Amino acid sequence: MTTLEKIPSRQMTGILVTIWKRVKKIPPVYLIFLVIIIGVSYLNPNFATLNGMLLFLRRASPLAILAIGQLFVVASGGFDLSQGSLVTLTVIGSALIIYNNEENSYIAIMILLGIGIIIGLVNGVVVSYLKVPSLIATLGMLLLVKGGGLYWTGGAPKGYLTENWRYFGRGFIENVPVFGRFPVAVIVFLIVVVIMTILFHKTNLGKQILAIGDNPRASQLSGVKVKLIRIIAFLISAFLSVVAGVMIGGYGGTSILAGEGLEMQSVSAVVIGGALLLGGKGSVPEVAIGGLTLEAIFSLLNLLGLPKPYRDAVQGLIIIGAVAYAAITSKRRD
Amino acid sequence: MTTESIPADEIKRSKLGIRIPPVYYFLVIITVGGLILDILFAKGNIISNPTILTNILIRSVALGIVAVGQTFVMIGASIDLSVAYTISLTAVMTSQLMQGDPERVPMAIILVFVIGAVIGLVNGLIVTKLNVNPFIATLGTGLIIAGILNGTFANFKGSVPKSFRALGYESLGPIPISIIILIAVVVLGWFILSWTKFGAHLYGVGGSRELGRLSGLRTSRTIIVAHIICSLTAVLSGLFIVSRLGSGAPWVGPDGIYDLESVATTVIGGTALSGGRGGVFGTLAGVLIFGVIDTVFNQLGVDTYLKTVFRGAIIILAVASYSFRSKREAA
Amino acid sequence: MAQDLMTEKEPLMEVRNINKAFPGVQALDNVSVAFYPGEVHAVVGENGAGKSTLMKVMAGAYKSDSGTILFQGEIESFNHPVEAQEMGISIIYQEFNLLPERTVAQNIFLGREPAKIGIVNLRQLNKQAHAVLKEIGVDSMISPTALASSLSVAEQQLVEIAKAISLDAKVLIMDEPTASLTSTEVKLLNDLISRLKTKGLALIFISHRLSEVFEIADKITVLKDGQHVGTVNTKEVTSEDIVYMMVGRVLDHYFPPLGSSEDFGDVVLRVKDGSNNFLNSVYLELRKGEILGIAGLQGSGRTELAQALFGVVPFKSGEIELRGKPTAIKNPFWAISRRIGFVTEDRKAEGLILIQPIRDNMLLAIRSLQSLFAFIHQDGIRQSRNMVSALGEQVDIRVDSYGKEAQDLSGGNQQKVVLSKWLASESEIFIFDEPTRGIDVESKARIHDIIRGLTKQGVAVIMISSELPEIIGMSDRILVMHEGTIGGELPAESSETDIMLVATGQNNHRTSSISVDPERGEK
Repeated sequence: MTTLEKIPSRQMTGILVTIWKRVKKIPPVYLIFLVIIIGVSYLNPNFATLNGMLLFLRRASPLAILAIGQLFVVASGGFDLSQGSLVTLTVIGSALIIYNNEENSYIAIMILLGIGIIIGLVNGVVVSYLKVPSLIATLGMLLLVKGGGLYWTGGAPKGYLTENWRYFGRGFIENVPVFGRFPVAVIVFLIVVVIMTILFHKTNLGKQILAIGDNPRASQLSGVKVKLIRIIAFLISAFLSVVAGVMIGGYGGTSILAGEGLEMQSVSAVVIGGALLLGGKGSVPEVAIGGLTLEAIFSLLNLLGLPKPYRDAVQGLIIIGAVAYAAITSKRRD
Repeated sequence: MTTESIPADEIKRSKLGIRIPPVYYFLVIITVGGLILDILFAKGNIISNPTILTNILIRSVALGIVAVGQTFVMIGASIDLSVAYTISLTAVMTSQLMQGDPERVPMAIILVFVIGAVIGLVNGLIVTKLNVNPFIATLGTGLIIAGILNGTFANFKGSVPKSFRALGYESLGPIPISIIILIAVVVLGWFILSWTKFGAHLYGVGGSRELGRLSGLRTSRTIIVAHIICSLTAVLSGLFIVSRLGSGAPWVGPDGIYDLESVATTVIGGTALSGGRGGVFGTLAGVLIFGVIDTVFNQLGVDTYLKTVFRGAIIILAVASYSFRSKREAA
Repeated sequence: MAQDLMTEKEPLMEVRNINKAFPGVQALDNVSVAFYPGEVHAVVGENGAGKSTLMKVMAGAYKSDSGTILFQGEIESFNHPVEAQEMGISIIYQEFNLLPERTVAQNIFLGREPAKIGIVNLRQLNKQAHAVLKEIGVDSMISPTALASSLSVAEQQLVEIAKAISLDAKVLIMDEPTASLTSTEVKLLNDLISRLKTKGLALIFISHRLSEVFEIADKITVLKDGQHVGTVNTKEVTSEDIVYMMVGRVLDHYFPPLGSSEDFGDVVLRVKDGSNNFLNSVYLELRKGEILGIAGLQGSGRTELAQALFGVVPFKSGEIELRGKPTAIKNPFWAISRRIGFVTEDRKAEGLILIQPIRDNMLLAIRSLQSLFAFIHQDGIRQSRNMVSALGEQVDIRVDSYGKEAQDLSGGNQQKVVLSKWLASESEIFIFDEPTRGIDVESKARIHDIIRGLTKQGVAVIMISSELPEIIGMSDRILVMHEGTIGGELPAESSETDIMLVATGQNNHRTSSISVDPERGEK
């Protein structure tokens, strides 16, 4: 009897073990996201509807895009803390350029993308040629861009963002089968995810970014152009910051606080997405989900009645916790 | 063969005990350049008006005190990016606790120093025991403090009593109290670093963690103490700031960019980001350089926002002027 | 007779049946040795024989898996180097052990500063340091207030010895103390060692230089593959005996046969008068199909030569001809695109991207030659999509998956991964810097076979090694470096003594052996 009973239970555990092995292979960010979404839906039934989800995605897309940009820099071993100030610059700068003239909208975006590219270039050059640690270099750039933006607009938002500019952040495509209305922001998000996934995971560039983040010296001795790659990583981050800026301005309107603190949010999202701070590991889709997860966590905190500033504290805990976890587990390996 | 191999400045040092850090030459150049700019493009009264000179010093007090603390952690090959929020927390807590009542002053001061010590302890523990990169660790604790601060306290609630404001405005004889405090902190910092076992061990641990361990130093404890000292200086800076403002607000620390500027002035002063070398006198020169630049900008009437731009650029260039020669790749 | 007296003395320190394993290697296998006071005891053996591990176990830096340590007859178990230090066992590691930005006195008394209530008495500190320096007779050379960074390597070593003396060391362990010293400095150190010996210290040192071992050691312990081969009185043996003990019988099968004249082709790389901050007027010729061994002491410029040839720290002056055309090797990318490969000395710091999969490590160099925005292929490049498994078989990497992270491999497999990286980029000139350091014997033989196999395919190889048996066993010609330049060229199968004579700058027949003569290698 006992032996008969044991066999099926052993099979059961066998099945459970294989299931557990499968589950363990799923990147944890998906499970975290799922849990948070369930939590939010429980507290706010509207959230669980198709429309609720789309609205959530519209709101969360810019952060996810910023996080993808941050990933390129983080995977290369650095940080880009100038992202938030560039978002602000994009919003207030565009408003100034457009000045309520719809025809100027796309010119404004082009100009801001140009400025973004210059800022990314300067970040990259300062870090790779002047060897300033990226945290200090990009925090300095944060001051520069923030001060520059405020100087440009005279300290308060001037001008007006037109509807066609704001379309990317808050517009909808009407009469879409199944969905009805589909947010433009989500389309931009999906396009960015696809392009960046290809760039990061399917091209040489992505492999070399991971290589320099892992071991810059060994990479250089294997012919990798470490400085160039680092500069490109900062360029991509700055470019995506402008893209996110257009969406944030579109969604929220013009404000000199539009990008405040977003740089740390994107770093937190990158960490939630399972990338290794200080370089060498990371995945675009997972970090994108990481961005959505962080936004969902904010919704959850909101529903739980915590004041907005506590979001910062939560981010701090996430960042320290993730890095400590990585440090402890890697120590165990040695 | 040996006597020749000792560099000239080394011999100077053994005779005088103190070596003049090269950054002082830079300070002289900046000051002379500033005076010329002032004469050419502004009223040219920096040199003639002693209050402007005193103001340079008073402007430097808050940054100078916390930069001394930053020097400690950086000699230990760590860093503290949470100081700006520790300053804010101190300013807000002090005015909340004092509520304008002179009798509550001692209690409030003790309490904020205790809180500061706890922050330093936590930073130190995260860096040493959890092995988190100090940049990330203190950026994280800074965020946590900022979150709690902004979520809990409103702007300019409470105030400090008049007696406490003496710290910021009164003078002892001809010398403002604030400047005396700055000098006291610098001298104390120099004494601890040069004359105590702790100082010697901090240089050892910062120069090589492994060598420190092999020499039987308590590496973790040394770094934790350095972090506590740094947070305590941030508290002192916060007390000074709130005595000037009369009331605390959560933005006073980050708006003063005390995190980045304390790091930048320390680096200019000759303390390496990689640890093991440097000292507070160099840092003081770095702080004075920033003070002079700030004053010259004021004299020239540079726009506030433009000043932020220059500050960012100066920080980057200041660190770059030391880092670009390094052979190691930065990231 | 003196030796008889010594052996009758009680040993000052003894290790018995010590075992120590690291992942994949038995570093020490049942080792027992006794060390006597007033005796200089050399520990010799090839790289990876377990010498350093034994020293570290004795000094408390490592804990042995089993076995006992006796000090002055008592069983001791050290949990921390400081515990051993306090007992009187000091160790001077090979790497730099002083804080460069602190003074000599501060370094000597780090952690033990004379102090009251935490305040250091600086006068007392300098006075004590001076006294210690005087005790070992170097007070006229070294000032207690000098910064460590202002001292020469030899002076720094003297400071470390002073530190040990100040700790009342009874046992002083030195890991290759003379590795980077000039001959006058070696003499200075040897004099000091003799003086310390008369004070009754037990001096233990690791060395690769047999001539020096015979000069100053009273006893020699030979380790091989973690096992104790034997301990002998220096006066009773010859250096041939020791070499035989070090390499054992395996020697004959260990190295593949040398190249023959039909293997050697045209000169592919020629350097004339190449100089930079580290190198001084280097002349060198490398032919297709040969292995050019480069020997020399540590600090003689071997690695710097490799770095110059690979463009890491290029030559500043001189002429370089690559495949007959004058050129300059500007940077590693340039070198790689001209099919030069560099297997660096330090695999972990310079060779591997450790947390990336094996396959990405293998393809790192070839990918760096391709367009940045080219699509990647998991196991190869567009022209050849299955490189990874072919390379893996070629260099005999035994792993279950090429998706495994490089950091999880053994040293031997890691070196094979690095090798395959350069095979993938079809290098025609290979520079090896210490190709078998820290690798188990089996992988070592495999790597030697692979290197020789490369030459059969027309590859030209420069092989730097501090293991003389490896230089002698592998090289078709030997260049010996000395103080940043080529001290001389020696033919294949030269003796260790010949090489060491040139390496230590004692050859007086410079002009006859320095000429770069391609005929010599064919003997």
